[in-house]
Amino acid sequence: MTDARVKRYLVLEDGSVFEGYAFGADAGTAGEVVFSTSMTGYQEMLTDPSFAGQIVVPTYPMIGNYGINGRDAESARIRVAGFVVREHCDQPSHADSEMTVDEYLRSQDVPGLWGIDTRALTRRLRTRGVMMGALGSSAEAAVGQLKAASTYGDTDLVQAVTTGHSYRWTDSDGDRQHSNSDAGQRRPDWPRRRVLVSDYGVKYNIMRLLQSRGCEVITFPATATAEELLQREPDGILLSPGPGDPELLDYAVETAKGIVGKVPVFGICLGNQVLARAFGGSTYKLKFGHRGANHPVKDLRTGRAYITAQNHGYAVDADSLPANVEVSHVSLNDGTVEGMRHREMPVMSIQYHSEASPGPRDSEYIFDDFVALMDQGMDQGMNEAKSN
Amino acid sequence: MNNPPSEPKPIAKPKKVLVIGSGPIVIGQAAEFDYAGTQACKALREEGVTTVLVNSNPATIMTDEGVADVVYIEPLTVEVIERIIAREKPDGILPTLGGQTGLNLAVELADAGVLDRHNVRLLGTPLATIRAAEDREEFRDLMGRIGEPTPPSEIVESQQGAEKALKIIGLPAVIRPAYTLGGTGGGIANTLEEYWRFAGTGMAASPIGQVLVEKSLAGWKEVEYEVMRDAADNCITVCNMENFDPMGVHTGDSIVVAPSQTLSDKEYQLLRTASLNIIRALGVEGGCNVQLALRPGNIVAKTLPDQIEGPDYYVIEVNPRVSRSSALASKATGYPIARVAAKIAVGKRLDEIPNAVTGKTVAAFEPALDYCVVKIPRWPFDKFAGGDRSLGTQMKATGEVMAIDRTFEAALLKAVRSLEITDRDALWEPKPDDTHFEAHDERLWTLLAAVRQGTAPEELSRITGVDPWFTRALERIAKMEARLLAEPLGRDLLWEAKRMGFADAQIGVLTDRSEEQVARRRAEYGLRPTYKMVDSCAGEFEAETPFFYSTYEQENEALPTGEPTAVVIGSGPIRIGQGIEFDYCSVHAAWALSDAGVKSVMINSNPETVSTDFDTSDRLYFEPLDAESVMSVIQNEAGDGATPASIVQFGGQTAINLSQSLDAAGLPILGSSAQSIDIASDRHLFEEFLARHGIPNPPGAAVADVGRALQVAQEIGYPVLVRPSYVLGGRAMEIVQNATELVRYMSSAFAAASGRRVLIDKYFEGREVEVDAVCDGEQVLIPGIMEHVERAGVHSGDSMAVYPGLNLTKQEVDAIVDYTTRIGLGLNVRGLMNIQYVLTSGNTYRSPTDGSKREGDGRAEVFVIEVNPRSSRTIPFISKVTGVPMVRLAVNVMLGKTLAEQGFSGGLWKKQDIVAVKAPVFSMSKLTGVDTYLGPEMKSTGEVMGIDREFRPAVAKALMAAGLMLPKNGSILLSMADKTKADAVALVNELHQAGYKLYATKGTAAMISAMGLEVTTITKVLSGEHPNVVDVISDGTVDAVVNTVTGDRKSLQDGFNIRRVATEKRIPCFTSIDTARAAAESLNGPTDDYSVAPLQDYLNGP
Ligand SMILES: Nc1ncnc2c1ncn2[C@@H]1O[C@H](COP(=O)(O)OP(=O)(O)O)[C@@H](O)[C@H]1O
Ligand SMILES: Nc1ncnc2c1ncn2[C@@H]1O[C@H](COP(=O)(O)OP(=O)(O)O)[C@@H](O)[C@H]1O
Ligand SMILES: [Mg+2]
Ligand SMILES: [Mg+2]
Repeated sequence: MTDARVKRYLVLEDGSVFEGYAFGADAGTAGEVVFSTSMTGYQEMLTDPSFAGQIVVPTYPMIGNYGINGRDAESARIRVAGFVVREHCDQPSHADSEMTVDEYLRSQDVPGLWGIDTRALTRRLRTRGVMMGALGSSAEAAVGQLKAASTYGDTDLVQAVTTGHSYRWTDSDGDRQHSNSDAGQRRPDWPRRRVLVSDYGVKYNIMRLLQSRGCEVITFPATATAEELLQREPDGILLSPGPGDPELLDYAVETAKGIVGKVPVFGICLGNQVLARAFGGSTYKLKFGHRGANHPVKDLRTGRAYITAQNHGYAVDADSLPANVEVSHVSLNDGTVEGMRHREMPVMSIQYHSEASPGPRDSEYIFDDFVALMDQGMDQGMNEAKSN
Repeated sequence: MNNPPSEPKPIAKPKKVLVIGSGPIVIGQAAEFDYAGTQACKALREEGVTTVLVNSNPATIMTDEGVADVVYIEPLTVEVIERIIAREKPDGILPTLGGQTGLNLAVELADAGVLDRHNVRLLGTPLATIRAAEDREEFRDLMGRIGEPTPPSEIVESQQGAEKALKIIGLPAVIRPAYTLGGTGGGIANTLEEYWRFAGTGMAASPIGQVLVEKSLAGWKEVEYEVMRDAADNCITVCNMENFDPMGVHTGDSIVVAPSQTLSDKEYQLLRTASLNIIRALGVEGGCNVQLALRPGNIVAKTLPDQIEGPDYYVIEVNPRVSRSSALASKATGYPIARVAAKIAVGKRLDEIPNAVTGKTVAAFEPALDYCVVKIPRWPFDKFAGGDRSLGTQMKATGEVMAIDRTFEAALLKAVRSLEITDRDALWEPKPDDTHFEAHDERLWTLLAAVRQGTAPEELSRITGVDPWFTRALERIAKMEARLLAEPLGRDLLWEAKRMGFADAQIGVLTDRSEEQVARRRAEYGLRPTYKMVDSCAGEFEAETPFFYSTYEQENEALPTGEPTAVVIGSGPIRIGQGIEFDYCSVHAAWALSDAGVKSVMINSNPETVSTDFDTSDRLYFEPLDAESVMSVIQNEAGDGATPASIVQFGGQTAINLSQSLDAAGLPILGSSAQSIDIASDRHLFEEFLARHGIPNPPGAAVADVGRALQVAQEIGYPVLVRPSYVLGGRAMEIVQNATELVRYMSSAFAAASGRRVLIDKYFEGREVEVDAVCDGEQVLIPGIMEHVERAGVHSGDSMAVYPGLNLTKQEVDAIVDYTTRIGLGLNVRGLMNIQYVLTSGNTYRSPTDGSKREGDGRAEVFVIEVNPRSSRTIPFISKVTGVPMVRLAVNVMLGKTLAEQGFSGGLWKKQDIVAVKAPVFSMSKLTGVDTYLGPEMKSTGEVMGIDREFRPAVAKALMAAGLMLPKNGSILLSMADKTKADAVALVNELHQAGYKLYATKGTAAMISAMGLEVTTITKVLSGEHPNVVDVISDGTVDAVVNTVTGDRKSLQDGFNIRRVATEKRIPCFTSIDTARAAAESLNGPTDDYSVAPLQDYLNGP
């Protein structure tokens, strides 16, 4: 790696230039430059659809130590637009490792940059806010990329990452299988709860955790309408995380409006924001977002604090929410909304990632809560809600 | 939600809390508890809680005025604590910050009914938790109940039991004898033959004939998590740490990296979740350390016997308290674990405690690191060359260093620089031998040497179990070395080498340049380190803590403040001879600077200490204490403005040694000049100086060869004292009785002196006296005179010191004051100095209690042994017992304020109406193979203090606190060298009077019989009849041992077994007759008439 070093540049919207070395694909790229403070889980980050359209900068300086394996991907491919690290490891050490980060990026045509002062970059993004940036073989080339790129907030990135067709999730013994065959009508003898996922950029672990709780999981394109979903007689619907500005997702908001109150609904991250909009609330862009595995969230009902995994650049405006929607969780770092609950309808919603991956598993219990909500919904919960 | 909506019920906040300190520094329990206790006291006071602190260790910041509300420096025994509780009436007691000592004491207090009797609540972690975590059996059961795997183990007491255990556990197995130290008799058995051998020796070594046979996980990854939990069940992990050395080497003896480097997120979270499950099940309130073993990667796993079955990880151990690891985690992340633990103990929730680092967020978060931290232990084998250097399940390190950088390689190389082992940089190579890949203190260098010679890192991983990720990093270092050897030193290469952590000196060696030449080239290229902040959040939030590390990057975050600034150079890792006392001084120096309106900048490399707490100084740089790092910090602080001056007086020999390089580089030094320092440290200059001022010192000379040595010894007469010049803690120092011994010494000493000369002095077997003084150029203030109980020849650090000197004649005192004053003024000392004197008049031992003070013959025979132009080991002690704030006075003197301006005057400070005894504490039971006899080479690791109105109770308390108190009506084994037998008569009489049953070796027994006393003769010959000396010690026949030696090889070897066995049996073993007499005297007379009072009460007078 020391022998043939090729220079590569990161240029930011504000004109700052970082000179480092190329790794990954031999290509240029542009995207919103964001940092994540998670110290492990780079493979999960690379494949997290919520990072679509972004050049991701892990603040942890040594990336790739345990390689890339067949198990840790959170979606079908790398989703980040580019990857910027201080140091990447060419000699990973792990029983499961199949290739290096460099090889992985190359294999999927994603460019990376290494050798820059990522802490200086992070501090810049913190003080000036996240901004567009581009990678190129020269500063000029990068500027060209930057000019040609469309702005992150103007693009509906969900369309780029959602599934093209519905499928039933099966994941046995760690082996993923997608099958389209069994996504039909609910069979009367089917013992499990049926959860439909509106895929704005779902992570495998969400589906895994639902499945491990005895749920049948069927995933739908983000554009699926309320009718299409309800027709499958779900016990619950999950609105998944995903990339981009929720303001661009009117179609998803329409779908959400059509399902709430009819079936228990669980929103995660972008799903939370879509639900907020469905209830008439609004969202706004955070200066530099919440991205990492160490974010404290307070559950306002219990007073308990949880360490959560987060990855979002937008937040729900608490003041915009109607009276029948209460803020259930807040960030202990900046007080922003981290969860909501509808006072009358079986709707639960969180801004953070209970599926973690990467990150602490402390919030997996929320999937149990969702299951409980579905079970309740099938008995009296819904009736109560309806009679209100 | 499955969490019922219940606002956690508030715990009544206690009003007054007793905090238990950890006592003396011993291996396994070092400065980290001063750091923890100090933080905790501050945190409690912030909460409005009155704090009462008890600790027996005077060399601590926590026992200083202003840290706790009331301070007791008293022995840590149940009896003493009960008296404190009765007097102070606290409503809570907090033991979890006092290490194992604190925890054990809490259990004892509860068992003795003290807590119930006085209605004192145990704060922090509940008693049941302490028991569940400490008792292996109970712990295993609890883990079983919550489904956390522990390695299978069986308790074995017989041959049949061992057979059964073998079937259940299988091989390899760890065999741990119950109640033995240093794992004596046990080990890791890989073969049947080894199994039966260890089972046999293990059961024999255990006093109760019991061993624990446990599945061996040697070679598995060892990972630790630091976990916090509050009473509302909120849990976080502060940090995880991965051991470079796999399971089988104690974490305290392992190179440790934070955060983990080879764990995937899945594994990280697996172990994190397990740690949280454990802390919840235990119900810990506060901090807790969880140690786990994780299945190794393929390359290592293939070398292990078939272990495919079973879980991917095992829980090894839990410490339900703050620990060495939590101090490391605090420094590595910026998260103040002890502070938060203390707040939790008085009922605060994690989300209610502010994050002191960011000032904005709360303690309920997990630090994110954007750097790599490497800790390397500091072992005492540079002093104890004869000790067993192998590393295993028993910790042997006395201290540690930590380094931070953006890559593992750089952090590792900086940590190696921080170790300050003379002539041992990363390029040093040990002599290869058969066992050199097994775990020992030099293995890191062995591995580096091997990759340098081309051994594949994977091969090294197969041999050692060290993960290939680490061995490959070593290979990358070796590759850089190769490039430096081969390529021209251009800008890019130099930049890359610096980025990888190479020191200028190291680059110089590889590129055939001097360190200065490399530094100059670096300056030409404009390559300077930048400084990054340790902010607990990887830059996500703006932080307030001025805690920095150097790295070669683009952006510098530590911009000069432009305000008047001074740099305090710390003392580095704790080692024998340079302990926590110097950290105490450094901390006070920083405080004094701040109070004087000067910004204090602290540089240090030791993660255990108060000095490296981010709120001790105005700025903290976590850096190696070598010239390059220190000068870089100074340059960084200077920026384009004024260069800050450095203070080198407080960081022990480490800091003082830097004075010459700083001076040569034209950097200013506060206080005594580099020339003054040089005169005091250079034998030749110093002798000239003394001669000029007419101050006597023992005759002697520095010699370079054997011939000259014999000649000098002949002239001055035997015995002589020999040592290499310029070493710390009397290393390689010996009393030599004759020419043969001298020849032997001369042929060995040169190695230790690394080419320097050997000093030969006349050995005076007189009494030793020590003073500290502060000098402003006009006056010299001596706060008090400390007289040693042991005669000269026992290192001052290993002697019991008594304040005030009780047996000194007026002439002697006058001479000491006069010499000290003249030396201070003559050397032009600005700040502190320390002098040891030997007094040759009168008996070597004079009982302070017998009242027969000698009037002297008019001529004081006082000789200067040495002058240290710096603070000393006794500064905390003398400051505390006299109330003279020595460090503060010295700092103000350096800043230009005279003693008079500070309200003090020269001469001997008024004698306090107290007697204070400082007693050394040793860690010999941990260091197999090390001889424990006292000599001119320092061996102790810590100290305690006994203070009272009279000598007898003061010494009794010092002995009690040091664990050297003789039991009433006991039995003792005496084996004394001829020379001391005259002094021994008095000792034997005292023991007899105290009702002691006497056992003795032949010669000594003859002497006792001749005195007309009853004695049982015990043979020294181990191969012959029984019981022999070892038997009577091992089987508990005797409660203590006196074994004095003359210092010649023969008598040393004779007594070695006696001393080792006594040490391992943990009974008092006196090797100086003077200590033994003090201990025996304290038996005669009431032993419980000591007072228990706050330090302030003693100082305020009766
Ligand atoms: N079953 C085992 N197999 C191999 N090594 C072990 C085993 N148990 C403990 N060790 C090693 O011994 C060290 C000390 O053991 P531990 O139980 O942590 O005792 P301590 O109280 O001294 O810290 C550990 O750090 C680990 O390296
Ligand atoms: N000339 C001497 N006569 C008797 N004892 C001596 C003499 N020189 C040194 N010692 C003893 O050796 C110890 C260590 O010597 P010292 O010069 O103080 O070295 P260090 O630098 O290790 O403190 C002293 O504390 C004293 O007990
Ligand atoms: Mg341990
Ligand atoms: Mg000395």
